[in-house]
Amino acid sequence: MANVAAMCTSFKQELLNGSHAFGTQGANGVRTVTTKDVFKLALYLVSGSRGVADTIYDTTGELAASGNYTQGGVTLTNATVPTTTGTTAFWTPSASAQWTALTSSGAFDCAVLYNSSSTSKLEVAVFTFGSQTVTAGTFTLTMPTNDATNGLVRIA
Amino acid sequence: MMIDTIHGPRDAATLEQREGVTDTEAERTTWIEYWQGGELVHRSVHVTLKVWPAGLGALVGRMG
Repeated sequence: MANVAAMCTSFKQELLNGSHAFGTQGANGVRTVTTKDVFKLALYLVSGSRGVADTIYDTTGELAASGNYTQGGVTLTNATVPTTTGTTAFWTPSASAQWTALTSSGAFDCAVLYNSSSTSKLEVAVFTFGSQTVTAGTFTLTMPTNDATNGLVRIA
Repeated sequence: MMIDTIHGPRDAATLEQREGVTDTEAERTTWIEYWQGGELVHRSVHVTLKVWPAGLGALVGRMG
C-alpha cells in the first residue's frame, strides 16, 4: 500500500454533524461553539497506507517516537478563520509546521491532518509529497496560499 | 557557522555541503545535506505545498 492524498470521506459526514470547528460557530439556539478545535499534523512513513478511507488518527505507519519525533505530530497555528471566495470555502493553517532536531525513523512522504480536540482524533485529510528523510535536521512544511484555488482544505 | 549533526555541532567549514531542489505542480522541496568523511551527518528538508494537480485537487477539495 501507499499513502494517497485525499479528503477523508468520514470528514465530509462529520462536517454535516458539526464535529469540527476550524473557526468559531455563529449563534445557535441549541449550542454555541465559542472556541476553535486544535488541529494537528502527523508524519507517516512511505510504507504507510493513509488515504480516503481513514476515519481517525492512529500511529500505524507514523514515524516512530525516536529522533526527537513525538507521535501525534505538531499543533498547527490557526489564526485565520475559514472564509469563502465565490462558491468555494477554504481554510489553511496560518503558519508552517516544523519539526526540529529531527532524525526520521525512515523515509516519509505523508502528513495527516486531524482534529486533536475530538475524543477519537477525527481525521480530516491526507497530504503527500516526495519521499524524504531528515537527519539531525529540520523538516518544515510550508502551507499553500490561503485562497480558493490553493488553500489546504477547500470545499467547492 | 555551526551545524547540528549526528555527532553534535560541527563547523560547516569542515563538512561537505550538498543541496537540491524538487519543483512540481504539487510541491517545491529544497534540501540541504552535510557530509563528513563519506557519512551523512545532517539533512534538512523544506517542503512547500502548492496547488494540488488537476484531478487530485478536485478529490481533495470537492464535497461532491
